Amino acid sequence: MRDMVKMVVVLTLLSTVSGGLLAAIHNQTAARIENQILEYVQGPAIKTIFKGATNNPIADRFKLKDGDVERTFFVAVYDGTPRGVAFETHGKGFGGDVGLMVGIDTKTNKLYGVEVTTHSETPGMGARATTDPDFAPQFKGMNLGKPFKVTQDGGSVNALSGATITSRAVCSAATDADKIYERLKPQIEKELKEFKK
Amino acid sequence: MAKSVTHEFVKGLWAEIPPFRLVLGLCPTLAVTKSVEDGIGMGVATTFVLVCSNVLVSSLRKVIPSKVRIACYIIVIASFVTMVELLMKAYRYPLYQSLGIFIPLIVVNCIILGRAEAFASKNNIIRSLADGLGMGIGFTLSLAALGAVREILGSGTFLAMPVFGPSFKPFHFMVEAPGAFMSLGLMLCFMNLVGKK
Repeated sequence: MRDMVKMVVVLTLLSTVSGGLLAAIHNQTAARIENQILEYVQGPAIKTIFKGATNNPIADRFKLKDGDVERTFFVAVYDGTPRGVAFETHGKGFGGDVGLMVGIDTKTNKLYGVEVTTHSETPGMGARATTDPDFAPQFKGMNLGKPFKVTQDGGSVNALSGATITSRAVCSAATDADKIYERLKPQIEKELKEFKK
Repeated sequence: MAKSVTHEFVKGLWAEIPPFRLVLGLCPTLAVTKSVEDGIGMGVATTFVLVCSNVLVSSLRKVIPSKVRIACYIIVIASFVTMVELLMKAYRYPLYQSLGIFIPLIVVNCIILGRAEAFASKNNIIRSLADGLGMGIGFTLSLAALGAVREILGSGTFLAMPVFGPSFKPFHFMVEAPGAFMSLGLMLCFMNLVGKK
């Protein structure tokens, strides 16, 4: 009986101390980790999408509530007007979620471009979505308003050969981005207006 | 008769060097030794966890009831691993990106649990510290050596600096999984030849 009590007490104490300690470290590092992710994961994607913007889109960001989730939007300024917004969406790939940064031109309702941020696709196959010089850039200038599809599904996106599932994931992430943009358009436009001042 | 503290430290460097003599912890040994830098990063992370968990397990060895000792060790080890993961994310994000899933997997690295069970739970704090440090450094050296062989032959670089002229064609085979098994096997063979008495 005493053994039982001792086991429970020791395990409880250990877990409590460990939990508390980890929570403290998590709080201490959370802000830094967010910055690191911005710099190393989303940063390069945003820079590629908004090539030629006159501001720093990574610094000029705002957050909006979309139902239960909070999304971060990055603003790009061209010729003195903030007209580009970029945010991240996810699609279901072959090896897990594929993260996609989607840049939207709010003036023309076209895509500035898309870039894959995070993925766990097969190296040499689906992983080419990040590097293939013909894949991601083909989204540039495409119109919003209808779902993005690969050519096999009757759309206009050329899939990566041998990686149709990854290509579909990218398309569905882009389609989601379109829907989110439609849904939050009034708020985004308000933020952009305020941004001018 | 009890052996000296120095002996506990030195044994991890050659006589019981983890991946080659104990043949423990092969998963990270094979998976992350694509380059010297990854190998050293993994080694340092493992050393930190090994030293901290050895010291803590040793100092709690009289308190932990033997029936739940493994559960207690796992809590201790998992806390330190999570700590390393958070700190690495916050301060060394590129290294975190290249090690990826293998950082959380340090939890199930058998060297750490092995040392906690076989050594730290039976010895005092100083000796456990020496043992952890020795084992950790031995593990780091092994990963670095294996990483060096694979990086030099597989990518033609050492710590990302080119070692051969531009005419060198790297054996891509060496940085892929089969190359890891081959180099590990050859190194084991070499170690046994040299260490034979």
